[in-house]
Amino acid sequence: MSVEAKVKQIIIEQLGVSEEEVKNEASFVEDLGADSLDLTELIMAMEEEFGVEIDDDDAQKILKVQDAYDYIAKQQ
Amino acid sequence: MLLTPNQKRFIMELLSTALVTGGSRGIGKAIAEQLGKAGFQVYLTYVSKPEEAQSVAAAIEAAGGKAKAFKLDVGNPEEIATFFKEEIKDKVKLDVLVNNAGITKDGLLLRMKNEDFDRVINVNLRGAFVACREAAKLMSKQRCGRIINLTSVVGQMGNAGQANYCSAKAGIIGMTKSMAKELGARNITVNAVAPGFIKTDMTNALPEAVRSDYEKAIPLKRMGDVEDIANAVAFLASDGAGYITGQVIAVNGGMYC
Repeated sequence: MSVEAKVKQIIIEQLGVSEEEVKNEASFVEDLGADSLDLTELIMAMEEEFGVEIDDDDAQKILKVQDAYDYIAKQQ
Repeated sequence: MLLTPNQKRFIMELLSTALVTGGSRGIGKAIAEQLGKAGFQVYLTYVSKPEEAQSVAAAIEAAGGKAKAFKLDVGNPEEIATFFKEEIKDKVKLDVLVNNAGITKDGLLLRMKNEDFDRVINVNLRGAFVACREAAKLMSKQRCGRIINLTSVVGQMGNAGQANYCSAKAGIIGMTKSMAKELGARNITVNAVAPGFIKTDMTNALPEAVRSDYEKAIPLKRMGDVEDIANAVAFLASDGAGYITGQVIAVNGGMYC
C-alpha cells in the first residue's frame, strides 16, 4: 500500500467518512466534520502507523488531506 | 492504528478489566474487591507490600472473580507508561480506571519542605493525570470507558497541616471536570469520589480524642467504612451511571455539603 493510500485509510477509519469524501483538497474540519479531539487522534494514529513524531506546531498546519499526504511523504 | 475487522473482534474478546491503583489496602482494597464482585477482571497496583496486594487478588479470585497485582509507583510517569504498554494495551479491555493511589506528608505550612509538597503532588495528582492520559488513549479507541478519581473532603474544605495533600485533591477535582469535557464525545465518563472521614490505617493512627471530635462534627455521627466508598465507585463504574460525568460524589456522612 502506498503512503498516500495508508494515510487515506487512517482518515477514513478515524473520521468515519467514505473514501469518496477524502479528496485531496478536503478540509478535515469543514469538509470531513472533524473536531479537535478527532484531529488529535488522527495525528496520533499517523504517528503510530509511520513511527514518526509530529510536533504540535507541525500538527497545527495539517488542515487538509493533501497536507497530511505531504507531511508524511516528507518524513519518509 | 488501523484495525481490521479481525482485530476489532479481538478487542471485543479481551477481558473487561478495571485497573485500581493503590489497591492493596484501605479504600483501594475495598474498591478492588467490589469491582471484582461486579464482574470486572481487577488489576490492582501496589508499591511497598506485595504480600498484601497478592492476598487481595487471591481473595477476589476465591470469591469467583479474576484479579492480578502489579508493582507500580505512580509517582514515576515512565513507570506508568511502561505498565500500560506492557500489561494493558492489546492485553485487556480497559473499561474502568480508578485512580486511588495516594500518600500524605503532613506538616504545617511554615515547616513544609518543597520535597514534601512535590512528592504528594507527583503521586496524588500527576500520577492520576498520567494514568488518565494513558487510559484515555485506549478508551477513546474503544469508544467507552469509566474513569473514577479519588479526591477527598479535605480537597473541598481544606485542612490545617495538609496544604500539599489538599492542593493535590482539589487539583483532582479540576482535572476530573476538564477531562469529562474533553472525553465526553468518546463516551468516556470521568468522575471523582470524595471520601470524608473513613476508617482506615490512616485515620486509625489518630489519637482517640481527635477521632471522637471528628465524629461529633459529622451529621451521621460516625466515621465511614471503606465499603461506603467502594459502593460509590462501583456505582459510577456500572451501566446505571452512564449519564453521570464531571461530578464529584461526596461520601462523607454530611461532614461537608
